[in-house]
Amino acid sequence: MSERTERLRALFRPLRFFGRNLLGSCRDLIPIVGVIAVFQLAVLQTPFPALFEVLTGLFLVILGLSLFVLGLEIGLFPIGEAMAEALAFKGSLFWLLVFGFGLGFSTTVAEPALIAVTQQASAVAAEGGLIEAEPHAMGSYAMGLRLTVALSVGIAILLGLFRILKGWPLHFLIIGGYLLVLVMTSFAPREIIGIAYDSGGVTTSTVTVPLVTALGVGLASTIRGRNPLVDGFGLIALASLMPILFVMAFGMVFFHG
Amino acid sequence: MNVMDLLVSLTHTLVLTFKDVLPVLLLLVLFQLAVVRKPLPNWKRMAAGFVFVLIGLALFLDGLETALFPIGKIMARQLSDPAFLYGSEGAPARAEWTAYGWVYLFGALVGFATTIAEPALIAVAFKVNQVSRGAIREWGLRLAVAFGVAIGIGLGTFRIVTGTPIYLYIMAGYAIVVVQTLFAPREIIPIAYDSGGVTTSTVTVPLVAALGIGLSETVPGRNPALDGFGLIAFASLFPMMTVMGYAQLASWLAKRRVG
Repeated sequence: MSERTERLRALFRPLRFFGRNLLGSCRDLIPIVGVIAVFQLAVLQTPFPALFEVLTGLFLVILGLSLFVLGLEIGLFPIGEAMAEALAFKGSLFWLLVFGFGLGFSTTVAEPALIAVTQQASAVAAEGGLIEAEPHAMGSYAMGLRLTVALSVGIAILLGLFRILKGWPLHFLIIGGYLLVLVMTSFAPREIIGIAYDSGGVTTSTVTVPLVTALGVGLASTIRGRNPLVDGFGLIALASLMPILFVMAFGMVFFHG
Repeated sequence: MNVMDLLVSLTHTLVLTFKDVLPVLLLLVLFQLAVVRKPLPNWKRMAAGFVFVLIGLALFLDGLETALFPIGKIMARQLSDPAFLYGSEGAPARAEWTAYGWVYLFGALVGFATTIAEPALIAVAFKVNQVSRGAIREWGLRLAVAFGVAIGIGLGTFRIVTGTPIYLYIMAGYAIVVVQTLFAPREIIPIAYDSGGVTTSTVTVPLVAALGIGLSETVPGRNPALDGFGLIAFASLFPMMTVMGYAQLASWLAKRRVG
């Protein structure tokens, strides 16, 4: 009897997660919908164009995002976090760094916000005549951007782990990095600068942050004298800085080369 | 769009999505088997999670195309439409930045509203309140970040309308951040730096990106490739300033009360 209720409970646990995620996604959207409704009714005073299609799409967004986060929570996060801790305690520097790079790279490639922004970037570049306006060229431009950002996040995590091990102060890396950003801004093609600056903020959302933070905190807590909170944060700061540099370099190669 | 089209496009997205998520799965499985050298714990659960991630991402990306991008662009187009801005007088040849007040307000409000409800920020604010032993109030921090994002997106839309170069704003912004870092209470600095990244959620990013691009398409004399991006960068920069500013204000008030 008790075994059976236990089983039933295990069966319904994902459903409860899903319900909570569904609520969370709605909460993300309600303020936006509210602001738009107020503007549409009070300022523009016209009916919203293509209302039905947009509502269908919003439904897909809510459903999709909830399923996505549910999948992360029951499948990928537990094993990712356990592995990050196992590797941090194991003490093999080489494998730790390889894992850090791989984690940064692979989670960024799958980041929904990044996929969205690179799609827009390729559409804009095609309209502006920077690349050919056909699906293949646009696809390879968007993919190039995504791989560049993913590579840069991988390297940022690698560097960040190294920093935690060595105990280098974070602000030297950050200030040095932003000086480099300034220098590169004067050389990079103007068309890439906006996208480059944006890509820093985009990488740090749904997939990357929880796994990367688990790795940083796990490592920092195994080394005496490191503060887990401060050092777990350092990885994210580097992961927002590095894409700016790499995307500008990508622009230099892609538009000049 | 009918149901059949939707299904076809969903299947297509599903295949593409599979390729996107595969690297994460490969990495985890390979490391588990080759380096940690233990069998996968609970592999059924993990497989189920992977399937959910796949379907969820595919649905989200399809919804992106039919909802989030169009909303951003439609709002930008409506609010910068000459007929709305100038009535029947007809638009002047050059864009006047003063005519676009509603656009700035809309950007700022979207930024404020989405940030104040952001779950990640609520969690961070709770922690900060504990760590600071109540000196930094939860609502104080949340309002500070939300105002930061509002200023960021509002100013970002102003930049798009005027077409001024983005690096000037970013440079000035980081200069202010560096100066504030020297004077702000030490415990707040990591939180302030972090709050920039926390605010840009998966729903907000596509919508705000489309808003910027839509705006640069409709304002005369603007080029989407040059002016359309940068709103997200602004939304990550300004919360750092407002959070440090709030902490400075809070500690100054606390000192005055004591002294």
